[in-house]
Amino acid sequence: MPKTLAEKVYDAHVVRSAAGEPDLLYIDLHLVHEVTSPQAFDGLRAAGRTVRHPELTMATEDHNVPTLEILKPIADPVSRAQVEALRKNAAEFGIRLAPMGDRDQGIVHVIGPQLGLTQPGTTIVCGDSHTSTHGAFGALAFGIGTSEVEHVLATQTLPQYRPKQMAVTVDGELPEGVSSKDVILAVIAEIGTNGAAGHVIEYRGSAIEALSMEARMTICNMSIEAGARAGLIAPDETTFEFLRGRPHAPQGADWDAAVEYWRTLRTDEGAVFDTEVVLDAASLTPFVTWGTNPGQGLPIAESVPDPAAIADEGERRAAEQALAYMGLTPGTPLREIEVDTVFLGSCTNGRIEDLRIAAELLRGKHIDPDTRMLVVPGSVGVKLQAEAEGLDRVFTEAGAEWRGAGCSMCLGMNPDQLKPGERSASTSNRNFQGRQGKGGRTHLVSPSVAAATALTGRLTAPADLADAPVPATV
Amino acid sequence: MDAFTTHTGTAAPLRRSAVDTDQIIPAEYLKRITRTGFEDGLFVAWRRNEPDFVLNQPRYADASILVAGPDFGTGSSREHACWALLDGGFRVVISSRFADIFKNNSTKSGLLTVILPQAEVEALWAAAEADPTTQVTVDLQDKQVTYGGHRVPFEIDDYTRWRLLEGLDDVGLTERHLTDIEAFEARRPAWLPKALPAQPA
Repeated sequence: MPKTLAEKVYDAHVVRSAAGEPDLLYIDLHLVHEVTSPQAFDGLRAAGRTVRHPELTMATEDHNVPTLEILKPIADPVSRAQVEALRKNAAEFGIRLAPMGDRDQGIVHVIGPQLGLTQPGTTIVCGDSHTSTHGAFGALAFGIGTSEVEHVLATQTLPQYRPKQMAVTVDGELPEGVSSKDVILAVIAEIGTNGAAGHVIEYRGSAIEALSMEARMTICNMSIEAGARAGLIAPDETTFEFLRGRPHAPQGADWDAAVEYWRTLRTDEGAVFDTEVVLDAASLTPFVTWGTNPGQGLPIAESVPDPAAIADEGERRAAEQALAYMGLTPGTPLREIEVDTVFLGSCTNGRIEDLRIAAELLRGKHIDPDTRMLVVPGSVGVKLQAEAEGLDRVFTEAGAEWRGAGCSMCLGMNPDQLKPGERSASTSNRNFQGRQGKGGRTHLVSPSVAAATALTGRLTAPADLADAPVPATV
Repeated sequence: MDAFTTHTGTAAPLRRSAVDTDQIIPAEYLKRITRTGFEDGLFVAWRRNEPDFVLNQPRYADASILVAGPDFGTGSSREHACWALLDGGFRVVISSRFADIFKNNSTKSGLLTVILPQAEVEALWAAAEADPTTQVTVDLQDKQVTYGGHRVPFEIDDYTRWRLLEGLDDVGLTERHLTDIEAFEARRPAWLPKALPAQPA
């Protein structure tokens, strides 16, 4: 029977299947960070269990870490205790840890691909919903809770129910200045914030195939914002070239064997998807969110919507609550919304390509004097690469702050936070109430919109800039 | 995990859709390394900023069944959201649709998530608003919610129901299949990635 890509990966990992029970799925790689793991390690200790496969487990410090003075002890005692708990647990259970200051440290979803640990056809889990990022390599990768973290540590498996299959097809060519972030924001606006519940999404079509690995990761990363269990893209030459030579990628004859297998990881002709969504790449424009969930987004040329025009009572109430929180008036053009802060970073858009795109727009210019811009590389590796290319100087000469690696203002578990009432344009993944700091207001944007917004102090597409190579048409 | 068979209590009507886990418990409360004591973070922003918020109303102070709008628990994978609800005195959340990870986490932590059609959610909202002392019984054995003269059946897969009724630990169940795991491991290709040790680039 023809199978989808996700079904192939799933089936290849079924350890045990029995009627009336969930399948037992083998996990190839378990990524661990400080926030969702301490209670899981405590559970192991309490039950006298060990980590079954420390060599299939990799830990890093990312959520809590400060992005300034990173070689000093963490000032916040609660954050420090959590990071220290991870260090103690990693040492006790024999797990490799990339701590603050280590060359391999960074956001867990940035370092997996960077080290070549993220490989096609594997199953990857982490106690973090953005684990879907790794699906860009054709891996089945999903976020889990702490009880499941404990389960994987103990058994290297997870009980799972077979997910439904959704195809999101994007054909055609993306217009200049439109990025994969705009694609995924448009997809989420189309599907809704939990519209893909129960599904794995496969992104396909010529526009997806044309994307770099970094851009594919941005799309798969936000699958969870549409409620999907996971999101993935079939591996191809772009994938193989990205992986070749990375520290943990197969080498020599192993590489050949791996690539031979990876080439089979495509949805078969005639495979059936439970749900299909189709987007025309050429029709997409820079997208920004106006509300308090990632599905509440619109093309930047539009205006803040009027809740009164929404027929469904639940959605109307949600829009009213969102606008009240965001301090926005219906009918205001999105381009007139002024921001205090621009955040460039996160597991969504904190990779080298994202920094290059933003730096190109900022080169030789200065950001708006009333706007602060934080640039937070996704990993130490990204930071060093950017510095080797001189991007750090482009950012600092433009008036932006160049920081250490971590999750930072994406979720404000470290000191990088919005103050009550402050408004950001953020390349991260969630615009939930208070996400970036109590009372903070978030507009999700692409790296190029972030950079253009930093220059003007209000939501701006790159094409809106006076010296844009392609002027605005809308 | 505590077993769940049946629970009777009063209901709090949370008339909001797409309640994300950042609202259930914000990230700053996730720095703790314990598994309990999260009640102070439960819906803390709404409790602080909105005097009329349902959980600020004394008449719902003792509610143990949360009745929420569709798409409850979207966003982060934090199981702390389930722990905070349990610590805050809730044993059951009812909604027409849950986010996958939240629902999955609930089944591991002993919080029962019950899916009812939106019309039944609205009827429960109306009943709890008309009389906050309305006793609601959620019976996992018979798969039904009863209150007043109403009896509403709900679906849950038999395996999850059995695990919850028995209060069984997943790890212990999986360890019964160790020989299957070992057989699978013997078949895994040698070139699959390992975190230890790093191969020279």
